[in-house]
Amino acid sequence: MICILGKKLGMTQIFTDDGKICPVTVVEAGPCCVIQVKTLKNDGYESVKIGFIETEEKKLNKPLYGVFKRAGVKPYRILKEFPMSGLKVGEFLTVEKFVKGDKVSIAGVSKGKGFQGVMKRHHFSGGPGSHGSMFNRAPGSIGASSFPSRVWKNQGMPGHMGSERITVKNLEIVDVKTNQNLLLIRGAVPGAKGTFLEIKKED
Amino acid sequence: MSLLGAVEESFKKKITAFNVGDTVRVSVKVVEGDKERIQPFEGIVIGRHGGGTRETFMVRKVSFGIGVERIFPLQSPIIDKIEVLKKGSVRRAKLYYLRGKKGKAAKIKEKAREFDNGPLPA
Repeated sequence: MICILGKKLGMTQIFTDDGKICPVTVVEAGPCCVIQVKTLKNDGYESVKIGFIETEEKKLNKPLYGVFKRAGVKPYRILKEFPMSGLKVGEFLTVEKFVKGDKVSIAGVSKGKGFQGVMKRHHFSGGPGSHGSMFNRAPGSIGASSFPSRVWKNQGMPGHMGSERITVKNLEIVDVKTNQNLLLIRGAVPGAKGTFLEIKKED
Repeated sequence: MSLLGAVEESFKKKITAFNVGDTVRVSVKVVEGDKERIQPFEGIVIGRHGGGTRETFMVRKVSFGIGVERIFPLQSPIIDKIEVLKKGSVRRAKLYYLRGKKGKAAKIKEKAREFDNGPLPA
């Protein structure tokens, strides 16, 4: 498995070789520095901690800066741990690990939608819009009466929507620009422009 | 330029410069079965929309008394080439008014001559 951290830059469209339009998301991914390698012997499980986007010492607190100092690497803003192996501290993960046609899964925090009703949040059908109807976007009944005498679990209700971690699987890599550290991914990925993403490729 | 703009730039083709009001011949690749041939579409450019890799342009012609308009994606590989036959002198970005005109009224004045003043003095 190969994991890398990235930042969503936005969407555009390009033409593929067969002349079809392909919607793409441009993601600035890596280079990610390996900060810590966890081993079965030391930590009980195998994983690798990587950092993305360099930062300054004064922006970190002392315990966090100590992590980078001990590893002997520059300080980074974003730290994530992934179950990878075969890497050394100080090594860099770049977009070169990905090739055109790879399938990846991408996780990120989706755009916040605020407090939303059931039609937008749970795809309820709502009521008629006109002909004197006064039942337009309301949720309607939320259950039966004497049985069960309560509301079932998972009943759709209005509430906060978005701003949650979403993983989109099976996204195709359309192009890799190694000199600019860019990945072009077919289709949409979670979040607004500037959202940090985890890009994962299964072996 | 932003990185996103640079990405779009890298996918752009070299395209003949043309403006709204110009008469152009667009050579379109048409696939029939397993054969590919080139079909020209000749008319007046009545508008350009969008930018980057998404830019499109609209060509209008009158074919056997019936107005025909086609919208082409500028960067599309189905466009083999664009030839500018006449430069038109127009004062609008969109020439939708041509749709309501017939015959001589639907004509566009040709640009008298090209002005090229060169680079501006410093």
